[in-house]
Amino acid sequence: MYQAKSVQVTVRGKAILADVDLRLALGRVVAVVGANGAGKSTLLKVMAGERKPTGGEILLDERPLPSWPVAALARRRAVLPQLVEIVFPFLAAEVVSLSLPPHVDRKSGEALVRRALAAVEMEDFADRIYGTLSGGEKQRVQLARVLAQAWTGEDTYLLLDEPTASLDLAHQLLILRLARTHAESGGGVMLVLHDLNLASMVADEILALKNGSRIAAGPPSAIITNDLIAALYGVRGEVRGVPDGPFILPQTVRMPADGGVWTT
Amino acid sequence: MTTAVARATATHARPVGRGAIVLAGAGTLLVLAILGSLAIGPVVISPADVLRILVDGAAGARPTTGTAMRDAIVVLDIRLPRTVLAVLVGSTLAVAGAILQGVFRNPLADPGIVGVSTGAAFAAVCWIVFGYAAAAHLPTFVAAAGLPLSAFLGSLVTIVMLYRLATREGKTPVAMLLFAGIALGALAAAGTGLVIFVASDQQLREFMFWTLGSVGGANWTKVALVLPFVLILLAGSVSLRRGLDALALGEAEAFHIGFDVQWLKRVAIVLVAAGVGAAVAVAGVVGFVGLVVPHLLRLSAGPMHGRLMIGCALLGGALMTASDIFARTIASPAELPIGVVTAIIGAPYFLFLIHRNRAALGG
Repeated sequence: MYQAKSVQVTVRGKAILADVDLRLALGRVVAVVGANGAGKSTLLKVMAGERKPTGGEILLDERPLPSWPVAALARRRAVLPQLVEIVFPFLAAEVVSLSLPPHVDRKSGEALVRRALAAVEMEDFADRIYGTLSGGEKQRVQLARVLAQAWTGEDTYLLLDEPTASLDLAHQLLILRLARTHAESGGGVMLVLHDLNLASMVADEILALKNGSRIAAGPPSAIITNDLIAALYGVRGEVRGVPDGPFILPQTVRMPADGGVWTT
Repeated sequence: MTTAVARATATHARPVGRGAIVLAGAGTLLVLAILGSLAIGPVVISPADVLRILVDGAAGARPTTGTAMRDAIVVLDIRLPRTVLAVLVGSTLAVAGAILQGVFRNPLADPGIVGVSTGAAFAAVCWIVFGYAAAAHLPTFVAAAGLPLSAFLGSLVTIVMLYRLATREGKTPVAMLLFAGIALGALAAAGTGLVIFVASDQQLREFMFWTLGSVGGANWTKVALVLPFVLILLAGSVSLRRGLDALALGEAEAFHIGFDVQWLKRVAIVLVAAGVGAAVAVAGVVGFVGLVVPHLLRLSAGPMHGRLMIGCALLGGALMTASDIFARTIASPAELPIGVVTAIIGAPYFLFLIHRNRAALGG
């Protein structure tokens, strides 16, 4: 169990996160949604241990995160940041290999790197220089690196910050499938997503944040409502059902005549 | 912005297995440079004779008559210490440059350009002028190693100041690094000039040595003085390689992978300071070796630090030794400061890098 307990982050008197709880179990996918600046990425950074909360705590297996040695923590959770730029001319395969722990020997390391690149459909880019790849290609190489790290650990949690940003539709779906696969093979996944439809497709549970506070949490079918969409984005969309869960079509939203909320 | 840096300094792909070829090439160049340095000079000695003298000398046998004796003295007593010192200083500067660039995640961070060597020189000059007086009151080890130790402290203080000035939240903009480095370097150079001007100390070498460097005064004592620092740097650089690789992704990412980033940076900075301090203490300020060598190797052998460090040690030694051959023969019997030679090679290369990185520099 990977848990955030009444986490607060306050910067110069302004609350970025206020009293947020999150429970991430092995075998589960939790999506964090919200408008820009809602505190989603901050929550992920706090969960990763990269940023210290000003209140509350993060527990991994009931143990506070700061008491975990850095290397031991790396065997239990892997983190995909939003955008990673590298100034030195590393090859894509070398970037993936950076996450491998020292005990992995050269041969199995190379096999892991190949497998991870294949998982994100980047195997043909293994000997390309990372800096010359497009944004979406870089994102997939980074995901391969995160997968390689997770595969060498045990009972690992993936923390993915907007993993579908800058990807085309086919690759967005590929990423969601990888997240599901990780959960189904016994890991846990937390993703930050912008797209409610993608979130409801992949997640067992959705945590909706607004201005740093939780405004809804639960299974997608229970919490995605017209009211939630209006509260989150100031947009009045209409939620419809498809066999797998709730679905909204932003294209059905109409521009308000009076400067009020958008309506369908 | 940083994408432009990566794009500009790289072709689109690198063939697998090229790293080993590049390292073998660098090793060959080092051997050739050492042989050349022992063979070339006012008295030219054939490489075969040089090898024979080295083998005999290692066995303790020295000719006692004629030109054979003269050649043995030239090779073993005059050229060998100078060559060894040049190799050590060159390796050190190149490896220190590679580490500094890894910490700042910036290919333009050369110890000479960003003022670290100048800071070391300032501290070394201060030790020569003020420290000898205090040496009598200090423990023997500190007094004996006072020069490299103070140069070490000088470069350490400069790197820490540079880091504080140029780095915000783990990111170092290229322009901030260069501007802060120029300012710190100018300050240290002014201090050096002032101390030398005020001092009338007989032991103080001329200003040229501290600004443009030389391995001309080489002897085995100097070699013994820098050797511990150099060995610490080389051993440390190997142990840092995985951490520096991870750091290339960013500080947060290195932490995610399992590295203690603060510890890593501290160790790296102390190692760089030790290496640069020792190099400056015996050879003065020699620029651009720490810029050109790592950069060429990253392009040819790749940026993974394990290979890069070995390559830097080999090619840095080769470049410094070759530069010294040039410096002492081009205007013989006069000697050119070696920093002039490395600058003639390095400064255009630096301009070329700046030109390619102009997007990142806002140009």
